[in-house]
Amino acid sequence: MSARNLLLGLLALLVVAPALVGAYPLAVLILILHYAYLGIAWNVMMGFAGLLSLGHTLYVGLGAYVAAALYASFGLPALLGAIPAAIVATLAGLGIGALGFRFRVNGVYFALLTIAFAEFTRILFDHMGWTGGSSGFFLPVEHGQVSPVALRGPPILFYYVALAMAAGGFMLARSLMRTRLGYAWLAIREDPDSAAASGVDVFRARMAAVAVSSALTSLGGVFYAFYYNNMYPEQIFSMARSIEIILAPIIGGLGTLFGPVLGSFVLTLLGEGTTGLLEHLGLAAPGAKQVIYGVALLVIVTVQPAGLWPWLAKRLRIGRDG
Amino acid sequence: MAEPLLTASGLSKGFRGLKAVNGVSFSIGSGDILAMIGPNGAGKTTCFNLIAGAMLPDAGEVRLAGQPITGLRADQVCRAGIGRTFQLVKPFAGLSVLDNVTVGALNAVRHVAEAKERARAVLDLLDLGHKIGEPASALTLPDRKRLEVARALATGPKLLLLDEVMAGLRPTECDRLVEILAGLNRRDGLTILLIEHVMRAVMKLAQRILVLHHGEKIAEGVAEAVVRDPAVLDSYLGEEAP
Amino acid sequence: MTVYLDIVASGVLTGLVYGLMALGLSVIFGVVRVVNFAHGELTVAAMYMAWVLAGSLGVDPILTLPLIAAALFAVGYALQRHLVEPFIGRPEHEQFMLLLAVSIIMLNGLLLAFGPDARHVPVDYAYDSIELGPMLLDTVRVYAAAAAVALALGLYLFFRFTDLGTAIRACADNLLGAQVVGLDVRRLYALAFGLGCALVGASGTLMVLMRDATPILAVQLTLLAFIVVIIGGLGSMAGALVGGVLIGVSEALAGFVLMPSLKSLFSYGLLILVLLLRPEGLMGRRA
Repeated sequence: MSARNLLLGLLALLVVAPALVGAYPLAVLILILHYAYLGIAWNVMMGFAGLLSLGHTLYVGLGAYVAAALYASFGLPALLGAIPAAIVATLAGLGIGALGFRFRVNGVYFALLTIAFAEFTRILFDHMGWTGGSSGFFLPVEHGQVSPVALRGPPILFYYVALAMAAGGFMLARSLMRTRLGYAWLAIREDPDSAAASGVDVFRARMAAVAVSSALTSLGGVFYAFYYNNMYPEQIFSMARSIEIILAPIIGGLGTLFGPVLGSFVLTLLGEGTTGLLEHLGLAAPGAKQVIYGVALLVIVTVQPAGLWPWLAKRLRIGRDG
Repeated sequence: MAEPLLTASGLSKGFRGLKAVNGVSFSIGSGDILAMIGPNGAGKTTCFNLIAGAMLPDAGEVRLAGQPITGLRADQVCRAGIGRTFQLVKPFAGLSVLDNVTVGALNAVRHVAEAKERARAVLDLLDLGHKIGEPASALTLPDRKRLEVARALATGPKLLLLDEVMAGLRPTECDRLVEILAGLNRRDGLTILLIEHVMRAVMKLAQRILVLHHGEKIAEGVAEAVVRDPAVLDSYLGEEAP
Repeated sequence: MTVYLDIVASGVLTGLVYGLMALGLSVIFGVVRVVNFAHGELTVAAMYMAWVLAGSLGVDPILTLPLIAAALFAVGYALQRHLVEPFIGRPEHEQFMLLLAVSIIMLNGLLLAFGPDARHVPVDYAYDSIELGPMLLDTVRVYAAAAAVALALGLYLFFRFTDLGTAIRACADNLLGAQVVGLDVRRLYALAFGLGCALVGASGTLMVLMRDATPILAVQLTLLAFIVVIIGGLGSMAGALVGGVLIGVSEALAGFVLMPSLKSLFSYGLLILVLLLRPEGLMGRRA
């Protein structure tokens, strides 16, 4: 079975899914696709350029707030508002990346740097009156309005947007890997000194990864803003959110293309399954879902650190496709 | 006499008070092959690192084709035309043999497809053509050494720095590599600076030899003369001069 | 003017307890070289333990401290021996993810067990103050800080003057050498991890006197421990305490001068500056 056929099959299934499933499964699928997309975006920085970002939700939050504020204040539709949103997030990412490289902050220290920036921003937004502060920011919703450009409409609209983003993100990552830049990233990930000796400008390549990753992530934030219509600094800039973003790609397969997608499916279904089971048993157990996530991460890291996808691909004898 | 391709003047580098390289000067003409020999710890690899931009010299200057390259980053030095191998090979372990060399080839050509073609050609030249799909981590040490040479060659260098590439190779493998390098030198005018302990390879390849000892140059000249130099025999070669 | 003195003093006392917590992190990282991302979770676990014992036995947390420290020592020892040890040679990000997983499980496990509400440990002297010259200090903080200093001193003596302490230090300084000399490195690593967690246990017990226990506190405390250790300097015991005091004071001042909710802003800003300008911290050597 070739990877290509598998992907096309999956895509076909997802395209017709809304006709087959009800409202709740649709909402779950939107969540899966959203986190798959975020995972792909994060993976560009970690899996491809080897930079551990644990404050990645910073870009989600920035994307969300910028696009939401522009819509609420000027009526700028989401698709247009996404551009300044991505620019702001990219500048933030480049700033953090440049600081990190300039001052030679690596590995875990870099991860802590990213956390510090995210937390700093969270507290900042908590106190920023004109975006609602800690009480949150709310988007105006007009009933019956359907506009893909403004991201206003019924859930099915958001489903197809989420699907398009996930598929688009996947294809973008895939084609990037086949460019000069992609090769540079792979080389840097394996051995930065060796890469430099072979002519790779390590700094520029890494900054490119940071820029792509933060820009893509911010678009996920735009989606978030218009889908949920509200955002709170406590949530959208929180460490917990950053961790949620990285779980899918890690469990699915770091540095692989399909890993984040698979990871998102597995985790979301696990989570929803756990919540559903508890509801069925009449138990209210806050944190149970996350315990399951933690256990899943533990199992993967100890037993199969490369992630589920490489293992699955080998079992199914699927050809090399990330 | 044409201007030398590489000139090193007064190169010095110290680590915590120990002078690894002390005022080393030499030059290599275009199309020449110079071997750098000396006991372990003589400063040979440090010299390489200084030339290739992996380290910053404390003093001294390096010029490539007349242009100063002292203090440039490793990737800038590579773009300027110097390819290098590492004493302890550093392949991109998770990538295929072909991809390893393609990374190097992308220094010489713009497009990935072209780079792959170039990589294939270089790998064929180094007898690795049949292993292009294998992960670099699966290669034996001799093959890894050749992969390292292939990757450096693919970058399209004017000057190739080889750091003990013959170590661990069997005599037949060594001869084959010598043959390939000599061919490249003859055909394409590739200039080579090699660090070597395997005197067999040194005598077959190098016209000139430079001897380092305790970070200083103690001899330089035509190969046959240097290996008979008493100071060199004393410090490095011992009684068994080839 | 005197109110500033009180605030600074209060910050110093709180900071000493932070320092004790960070000391645990420093021991673990300095010896085992593993970044313990579950540090805050372990601290909060200790806080809950103290709360449970105080509630069921009616005993002051300071008295239960040895018990809780011992319990956490066991937890740390087991963690290192059975979970972390196979990861020692593996890539840094894998170790990190292991402890991330542990932290997620612990944090949410605590949430499951105790719920999200704040748990408070009432002590008789909770509202008392001690006068020291012109300053008015909370009795609670004075006791906690005193205990922290005593423990830190004990740790110093342990490392300096006992065979075991010296052996652990040897592992930290020169792993290969330690192995060559015949030290049982695995056991020493486990002991070091256990020791670090014992310090965490102690600091948690003291901290519950000053703050209520909630699961979400774990994340803040992990970050706080890292901030303190990085600012004070990895591998420097004195640095951990100095860093703790620095953070304690700056938080107290920021909370007073600006706004309580902004106090962490300053700490994060400081962390960013230190990471960029002087990652070895005020007193540490390069890790």
